[in-house]
Amino acid sequence: MERRGFLEKLFAVALPGGVLGLLIRRAPARAEGYEASAHYYGMGIQVDKCIGCGRCVEACKDENNVPREPFFFRTWVERYSVRWRGEATVRNIDRALEGPAEVGGEGEVLRSFFVPKLCNQCDHPPCVQVCPVGATFATEDGVILVDEKRCIGCRYCIQACPYGARYLNPVTEAADKCTFCYHRITKGLLPACVEVCPTQARIFGDMRSTASPLTRFRRMNKLHVLKGHLNTEPKVTYADLDGEVR
Amino acid sequence: MTPDYARLYDLLRQVTGYIYPNEIEVHWGILVVVYPYLTGLVAGAFILASLVKVFNVQAVQSVYRLSLLTALAFLLVAPLPLLLHLGHPGRSFEIFLNPNFTSAMAMFGFVYAWYLMVVLLLEIWFTYRRDIVLWAREEKPPMKWIHRTIALFSNDVSERGLAFDKKVVKAITIIGIPSAFLLHGYVGFIFGSIKANPWWSSVLMPIVILFSAIVSGIALVIILYMVITPMRGQKIDMKCLDTMASFLFYTVIVDFSLELLDFIHRLYQSEESIKILSEMVSNRLFISLVIIQVLLGMLIPLVIMVAIRLFRFEEELRKLLYFLSVILIQLGIFATRWNVVVGGQMFSKSFRGLTAYKMELGGIEGLLMTLALLVLPLLVLAILLKIFPAWDLPKRALGGEAVPSA
Repeated sequence: MERRGFLEKLFAVALPGGVLGLLIRRAPARAEGYEASAHYYGMGIQVDKCIGCGRCVEACKDENNVPREPFFFRTWVERYSVRWRGEATVRNIDRALEGPAEVGGEGEVLRSFFVPKLCNQCDHPPCVQVCPVGATFATEDGVILVDEKRCIGCRYCIQACPYGARYLNPVTEAADKCTFCYHRITKGLLPACVEVCPTQARIFGDMRSTASPLTRFRRMNKLHVLKGHLNTEPKVTYADLDGEVR
Repeated sequence: MTPDYARLYDLLRQVTGYIYPNEIEVHWGILVVVYPYLTGLVAGAFILASLVKVFNVQAVQSVYRLSLLTALAFLLVAPLPLLLHLGHPGRSFEIFLNPNFTSAMAMFGFVYAWYLMVVLLLEIWFTYRRDIVLWAREEKPPMKWIHRTIALFSNDVSERGLAFDKKVVKAITIIGIPSAFLLHGYVGFIFGSIKANPWWSSVLMPIVILFSAIVSGIALVIILYMVITPMRGQKIDMKCLDTMASFLFYTVIVDFSLELLDFIHRLYQSEESIKILSEMVSNRLFISLVIIQVLLGMLIPLVIMVAIRLFRFEEELRKLLYFLSVILIQLGIFATRWNVVVGGQMFSKSFRGLTAYKMELGGIEGLLMTLALLVLPLLVLAILLKIFPAWDLPKRALGGEAVPSA
């Protein structure tokens, strides 16, 4: 009888607790009157417009408190140099990194370009699938967020991301990544990187809207996504993307 | 808190080619190497114990209890490296309370609890119940109280009671084998299901990991048997040793074939990642994979074991050769875990470069902690063997179970 009583008490505590835990959904902070279900965000990147100035990287680090060290990025810019012979060389454009900026001797380079990278906000996100505690989740408006108060720091999501878009924030010890500046876009502002881009290489918008710069971008370009064969269905699409880019 | 960036700047100098900037750090370090190594030993030791029960292999009867206790000792320690590795260990209970059911890792809690509670503890309890009752009757406090409590105050050693124990053990063993496969197969699945990582992503991964687990578990029990028996002043039973060694031999062959198949398959398919993976194997992993895992951990033990089968060496030499093989195999399986876990993070997912991993000496992710975590299960085993001696059982052999003599 005693054992039974104990078990009953245990269930009485554990069951409602578990059910509550399942029911409480994570609610990210949004502006008042904002209707998440009315939006579905995406980003377009016009590779040929990027001049590799790195202002997006700076703005992102400022806006989102990303550590300055060159090991933590929510967005970064890659410089590709495809040579006449041999493989393409790639570099991360970042002020904090030492090393020469030149990419090769005279006449060696066949073509060269910059590619901005960020979280692809996948429609079929491997990071959300693998998170053991549901700290990483997809919002109704199509953004993948991390609840840093719930993240246990196991880093499985970092392993599962094919794009290297995630890092473990050394201060919070939680996984971190691009949020499309969710705190800004839900107020009708642009993500910081888009705001500061001098050439409009980054185009942000609502994919539900029929008349937005993003829709125009999607109409006027041949588009590509990164690592499409992995079926992650990115919401970041690229125009003028070179086959060398991975 | 100011994080230590000097280490990362140091690593930056060792990067070759291009890696995504967030990839500099190997996120799953030595502690995550230790975890699959430990659970592998659990699964392997349990499967050896099950062979005795299910297939009624009398020759290895004397290591049945040792194998079970070994599995328990290692299982108790197995979650520790994972817990220590978390950024927020204090939130680890979320995995149990609020699991995300699509996550292979979230299933850890359930698989672990199932294996510990339903399989191992029950099997050990029913196996030992009669002996614990008999010990408690003859002992003095405090051991008397400990055994009385562990027996859950049962006192029934009648024929009927013992027959029931025997039946339960048989049933648990039958559930236990697939459970052991599940315990370790799921560890393989945690890696094998990551499509972003070509070094891990393979349907063979859970099977390869499982067979290497069986290899390591049997090898561990052989080591323990060969060390503990002389310490007890007893003679090593060569028939038992030979039988265990032949199980080991067959599983090593299966394991080797699977790994070879994986290797040939990758090479033949020659996918996008093959170039960077070959570079990684021939540079960063050369010593741990080619030398330790394949040459020392597999080929040399195989040659030794084939030689033992071909030429009838005398007992002493055979013992020496067995011991050498099992030590090498143990080293090799640890290297296997290292190569899977750390290797999978050395190359960039851009397939253009390699990063490096530098283990620290002290600290949570350090070498000393690793050694402590590897020794801890042995201490736990020593305590378990004090409470549940695996030998010198009460002589009144009631019921059907043969009392181990060695």
